[in-house]
Amino acid sequence: MPFFDAIRLALSTIRTQKLKSAFTLLGVCIGVMFLISVVSIVEGMGRYMEEDLIGKLIAVNTFELRSRPNISIGDVDEATWEEYRKRPRLEITDVPPATATLPEDTQWYLYSEDNVQASSSTSGKPRQVRALAVQGDYFAVKRMGVTRGRLLSEQEVDRGEKVVVIGPDAADRLFPGLDPLGRELKMGGVPYRVVGIGESQGKVFGISFDNFVIASFRSPARRLLNSRPNIVDAVVIQSPSAAAMTENMELVRAAMRAQRKLRPAQKDNFSLQTADSALEFWNKIKGYLVLAGIALPAIGLVVGAIVIMNIMLVAVAERTREIGIRKALGAKRRDILMQFLIESSTLGTLGSAIGVGLGIGLAQLIAALSPLPASVAPWSIVVGVALGAGVGIISGVYPASRASRLDPILALRQE
Amino acid sequence: MSTLDDIGLSTTGERRAVTASAGAAPDQDWVIVTRQIKREYDMGGEIVRALRGVDLAIRRNEYVAIMGPSGSGKSTLMNLIGCLDTPNGGEYWLNGMLVSEMSDDQLARVRNKEIGFVFQTFNLLPRASALQNVELPLVYAGVSAEERKKRATEALERVQLGERMHHRPNELSGGQRQRVAIARALVNRPSILLADEPTGNLDSTTSEEIMKVFEELARQGQTVVMVTHEPDIAAHARRVVVLRDGVIASDEKREQFIERVGVTHAAH
Repeated sequence: MPFFDAIRLALSTIRTQKLKSAFTLLGVCIGVMFLISVVSIVEGMGRYMEEDLIGKLIAVNTFELRSRPNISIGDVDEATWEEYRKRPRLEITDVPPATATLPEDTQWYLYSEDNVQASSSTSGKPRQVRALAVQGDYFAVKRMGVTRGRLLSEQEVDRGEKVVVIGPDAADRLFPGLDPLGRELKMGGVPYRVVGIGESQGKVFGISFDNFVIASFRSPARRLLNSRPNIVDAVVIQSPSAAAMTENMELVRAAMRAQRKLRPAQKDNFSLQTADSALEFWNKIKGYLVLAGIALPAIGLVVGAIVIMNIMLVAVAERTREIGIRKALGAKRRDILMQFLIESSTLGTLGSAIGVGLGIGLAQLIAALSPLPASVAPWSIVVGVALGAGVGIISGVYPASRASRLDPILALRQE
Repeated sequence: MSTLDDIGLSTTGERRAVTASAGAAPDQDWVIVTRQIKREYDMGGEIVRALRGVDLAIRRNEYVAIMGPSGSGKSTLMNLIGCLDTPNGGEYWLNGMLVSEMSDDQLARVRNKEIGFVFQTFNLLPRASALQNVELPLVYAGVSAEERKKRATEALERVQLGERMHHRPNELSGGQRQRVAIARALVNRPSILLADEPTGNLDSTTSEEIMKVFEELARQGQTVVMVTHEPDIAAHARRVVVLRDGVIASDEKREQFIERVGVTHAAH
């Protein structure tokens, strides 16, 4: 029998037995629905982690040279911490050798940061701000401009002049209702003149990034940020491409190992942190979540398979006479086998297609009602439908082969 | 002498005449030739010998009734002639093909191409329309959808059911159902129309109506083999073969049969 005739026959059989077919589809449908919704939510969380959280902390094609990683989500053991603690801090004297070999098209800056108390004549009591002392291409790498005033000039940064660019939140706190431009704020008793209001850097988990005060690393501000003034928190290096970033990481690694006089057998006593390394832990969790997201629906699919097999066995028994008629009229074993296989796989595919629809709906519903984001992965739709079809075929094999082996004479005699 | 290659030939293929031991002449065009076919069943350790060696030869265009009381082996013979079953012994030649040696799939193909079944209980698919039922043998013959519809419509018109082809079996009377079954049997232009008690479920008026259809088909040249236990139905055929205890008890022309059995048959 031609393939399309068989599918048409299967669909008409399913249509004439709507209720029974609906119950048959249920198992596969629920299994696929959960598969799609769990994968969608994991995928959505992943996208959120990558694009919003880590992406805001570490820019594209950028890595940070630091004493030890500052973004590590939970999976650092005691021994590693011990090793981190013994590492020498990054000194200002490490920076020139580390960056000397970088190509022209690479931009970099160094910085130290901490929360410090700042005050102004209008703020009353001191307010906490996030102070950064920077040197290099900070504004270019951060792609930060000003909404008012101007950025720090190269000369001001090089000479360590006491001028700052402040964030919108810091401006509101220190100069409520006033124009901050040209006014002074004090950090550690030293006055700094505000020359610009930086652009908003957005929020992550509702925490604002805009309470910043940016000064030159050569200004006295750096003394407030670390126990010794010459310690640098990190050097941030941005390359024009991912490939260039990999090369530059090796250049910096080699330069730092020479600077630190490490022997080949010794491990690095500094870190090169990328967005990927920060996401490593997330990717590990994501692996488990996806696994759970597949294992649980798999149970549903097994149940679905058993239901389909059962229903197909009943169908073969009920339609024994039909099978006899078809055989008498010239249906070969293969024709009968195909008829029932196609019927069961059509059931499975139909169930999974409905499951995909419901799963997408459920994911959107969860996304709407909870803070969990959802993003439907196209591969999960393909996998879902393929699983349904596969379940249908597998559970149809036994009933179909039983049908195909029926003796036409006995089958025709069946009432 | 292998004729398995011939299965591919349809009615247009050249057939080889087979000489049957039962008096069949070599130059005749024989559709059915059986040589000492036997069929035994194992009924829980007890061997039932349903056919004990039957020699039967049927020419093209013959209209034959196979008669006998229940247990005479006529159903077994019908199953064998219809290629639903194969004999334990002997040879069965259908249109020059040695059917008794065929595999299941080859038998399915022969049933599709050479045999048109008409059953006592009609055996129509209940959820399919008359047209879809008649199309069924063509589906398994691999005929295109368009051609199927055309040929099935023609077959239904031939049995005067052109008006009712979209009705389902439960919307048709018994006689109409049997005519759908006849259309289905004829649609693939089989060598033989094989009817098993075709009037068994019909009242006498409808039976006569169906018998008229058979007579007309026979007159047009269709080979018809009809299995029945009713003498007045058998008397419609031109030749009557009577089975008893698994062997042929008599094989005679209609006139001889009527004379011997004394059927009061109103035809002609």
